[in-house]
Amino acid sequence: MARTATAPGAPKTLVGKAALEVDDRLIVAGPLRRTLNKVFPDHWSFLLGEIALYSFIILLLTGTYLTFFFQASMTEVTYDGSYAPLRGVEMSIAYASTLDISFDVRGGLLIRQIHHWAALLFMASIVCHMLRIFFTGAFRRPRETNWLIGVALLILGIFEGFAGYSMPDDLLSGTGLRIMSAIILSIPVIGTWAHWAVFGGDYVGDLIVGRLYIAHVLIIPAIILGLIALHLLILVKQKHTQFPGPGRTEHNVVGNRLFPTFAGKATGLLLVVFGVCAALGGLVQINPLWLWGPYNPAQVSAASQPDWYVMFLDGSTRLFPAWDIYLPGNYNIPALFWPTVVLPGIIFTLLLAYPMLERKLTGDTASHHLLQRPRDVPVRTSLGLMAISFYVVLLLSGANDVIADKFDISLNAMTWIGRIGLIILPPIAYVITYRICLGLQQHDREVLEHGIETGVIRRLPHGEFIEVHQPLGPVDEHGHGELAYGGAPVPKKMNQVGGARRAIRGFFSPIEEPQAVELEQRGEERGLAPADPHRELTTSGRPAEGGRPSDGGRPSEGGRPSEGGRPQEPRD
Amino acid sequence: MTTHDTRPGSTGGSDTPGPLYGGPDDDYTPEQLAAMPREDLDRLGARYDHVEVLHVDPGPEPGSAVEKRAVRQVGLTFALAGLSAFAFCVVYAGAGWFLPDWQWELGSSTFSTLYTPLLGLLMGLAFTFFGVGLVLYTKKLLPHETAVQDKHDGSHFDRVTTGATLVGGLHNSGLARRKLITRTLVFMGGGLGLMLLAPLGGLIKNPNRGNPLGTTSWAEGVRLVRDDGTPIRPGDQVPGSLETVFPAVPGGNRQTDVATMLIRLRPSQQEAAVPRAGQEDFGYGDYVAYSKICTHAGCPVSLYEQETSRILCPCHQSQFDVTQGAKPVFGPATRSLPQLPITVDDEGFFVARSDYIEAVGPTYWNRERI
Repeated sequence: MARTATAPGAPKTLVGKAALEVDDRLIVAGPLRRTLNKVFPDHWSFLLGEIALYSFIILLLTGTYLTFFFQASMTEVTYDGSYAPLRGVEMSIAYASTLDISFDVRGGLLIRQIHHWAALLFMASIVCHMLRIFFTGAFRRPRETNWLIGVALLILGIFEGFAGYSMPDDLLSGTGLRIMSAIILSIPVIGTWAHWAVFGGDYVGDLIVGRLYIAHVLIIPAIILGLIALHLLILVKQKHTQFPGPGRTEHNVVGNRLFPTFAGKATGLLLVVFGVCAALGGLVQINPLWLWGPYNPAQVSAASQPDWYVMFLDGSTRLFPAWDIYLPGNYNIPALFWPTVVLPGIIFTLLLAYPMLERKLTGDTASHHLLQRPRDVPVRTSLGLMAISFYVVLLLSGANDVIADKFDISLNAMTWIGRIGLIILPPIAYVITYRICLGLQQHDREVLEHGIETGVIRRLPHGEFIEVHQPLGPVDEHGHGELAYGGAPVPKKMNQVGGARRAIRGFFSPIEEPQAVELEQRGEERGLAPADPHRELTTSGRPAEGGRPSDGGRPSEGGRPSEGGRPQEPRD
Repeated sequence: MTTHDTRPGSTGGSDTPGPLYGGPDDDYTPEQLAAMPREDLDRLGARYDHVEVLHVDPGPEPGSAVEKRAVRQVGLTFALAGLSAFAFCVVYAGAGWFLPDWQWELGSSTFSTLYTPLLGLLMGLAFTFFGVGLVLYTKKLLPHETAVQDKHDGSHFDRVTTGATLVGGLHNSGLARRKLITRTLVFMGGGLGLMLLAPLGGLIKNPNRGNPLGTTSWAEGVRLVRDDGTPIRPGDQVPGSLETVFPAVPGGNRQTDVATMLIRLRPSQQEAAVPRAGQEDFGYGDYVAYSKICTHAGCPVSLYEQETSRILCPCHQSQFDVTQGAKPVFGPATRSLPQLPITVDDEGFFVARSDYIEAVGPTYWNRERI
């Protein structure tokens, strides 16, 4: 059993020997190789979720740092820190310690602002990621669970963000907390009981900041972390979806292996996200709460808006009409209940249930690993745009006072624009999107049938002028293309099918000879080997495909214009 | 390896693997593997992971102009990242040492205002240059390969065998037959679950004890004072003006529901005034006092436009008309701002005649009943 140094394959280097020692104990070589060999598809939109993950890492790191200094206490003190304008002012320890982070901790303001920016980015990337998942149908079976987890993360993120920006007890956050108190009070039957449970009594009490703090730094982040882990585990288990294209099927993933290409790109993205957040945190001031002052229930600043991910609820609250419902027995349901509890309840229930609803309504219960182009699913795409237009009206209404001020519009007119827009814009968005989807679909088929418009006008012997079309594949006796639409992008310009030579490399000055590139490309088109045969290390088991699958929708041989880019005989 | 080969210190048991041992090690001997080039080993392992490398676009030719250029670019970005990081450290630690102090004071040096932006810029540059360098490295210097990994559906074999194990275990437990155990388990589960939730009962408090939502510190004879505690005489305000007042009780100016707007109406406003029914005498002369806490969501309604007699809440833009008993005239609020009955005491200062006669602030389920 004892290994000898002469055994074949035995490591000779120090690192190799160390690796052998590790593997002898942990037996990780197999799992590690499987991980390194895992294939990730390559598309920019698959990076949106990663941005959310990376901003969450920033939030954990900067948040932990901030807990070294933040004190979640409502005890009143007289401020005696570095910020002169507030010196001598009565404020809670929570607010005073936040001021200390900003003015008395070296670099504390930077970390605080990075934390806030990363929170905004976290929520924004979650929303963008979710839109990508929605519009490409990536939530379909078998990925409904991950959709549910994703929506849960979005909701938790909203609560986490709210708890975070409510903790410093400044004038703005106190106002937000006051509104949250009113929202809880507005819940029928249990409202006052719920309020007493959350705040430990009447608004505001001494407990709430401490409770928000533990929710913000422990309870919610722990749940978020667990759900992210589950989200990723399921992702790895189910493997990534991919867009349709040559060589891509429901039973494979085409892309780069984790190591080194994907790891390199992902780490690069991580660092860029870190960099952008750090730059924003330093250069772009966010929530300068020393300007707001400590919370005072008798004061408020104009243009009090929550962070952007809560703003749609502020908008709905502004737009909802004054409809208290009075019930027999002198009970009533406050108007505030509908836009702040019922509406988000409906929105998030629909969001959670959408994969199941679509499965039910379309009867499509099959497993899908290939994504759909939004145009190919016009109803879903239009529903999505409908939802977005609804959301954007709410979002903008959350800032309608600022818009009214900056654009010199009547504030009441802004409210009415929002109320009417909320009802009529979504159907309009639906209809327009639906027509655009159908138009794009038809254009894809048109190009597949008749070919790409070349822009070359030819005069026929009898005087007629026609435009030459470049077929994408073999044609039938009428000159119509025989390629079927496969769910992948259809090339619509001659450049995309090699009608022109590729761009010359070099940014400020060319680093290669245009003529050499042209010659090289012509050689490739004729099927000649490239100039240096050693550069091609292909061991493809699928020579029939002729092209790299990563080329997207680039058609195989038939699509290449023959004779060095000159279009074929006119058809049609 | 023989069966006689025992390890020093072991009890002498056999060191041979069981008959179920197997895997790629049986297919490839160390000698075979040692004879294979590294590329083939990589491909071989990949194939075991159901990955096939279809195509490799090798990186730039070693020593070529393209490679040199790319290496220079990547090296430059990495160097700039390092430079920014070190500059960050210098600014961070050097402030107040060999650089001006970082702490911001009114009228202090420009450096202290630039301290945070500078730190952010340098940290941002360091991370971004590092990231861009990595991306450049991946794109320009690494081979671009296209790999295909097979995706497996659930295995029928796995399902059947796992199911057999699970059902077998359940069968052996005899829980289906031993009803007493299942029933007591359910009973116990319910009890334990409730027990674990029970401590949350500590959060529950009765909101109806003493009507905290319906009462404030205002009471008969309590003076109206400004934020600084000074009392107010009828002649102190000009017509058309608004002043926020608090009850003259300890900490009155920090309580959440007591803030009140004392408004002196202009003569024209007073003529047009239509007080709420039964509250005609709540004002004093041309003075009226309304709660500052919005009946919609509890924000302080702060913006008084005296030309239109409207008070606007900046949170959700509810508008109240002070000449109509602070009735909501636009926006989401449904109730008038409660009016505080006021008069003047012996010394000529404003006092409340009683507490508000209705609950102040946002509406809730049983507000009308208290």
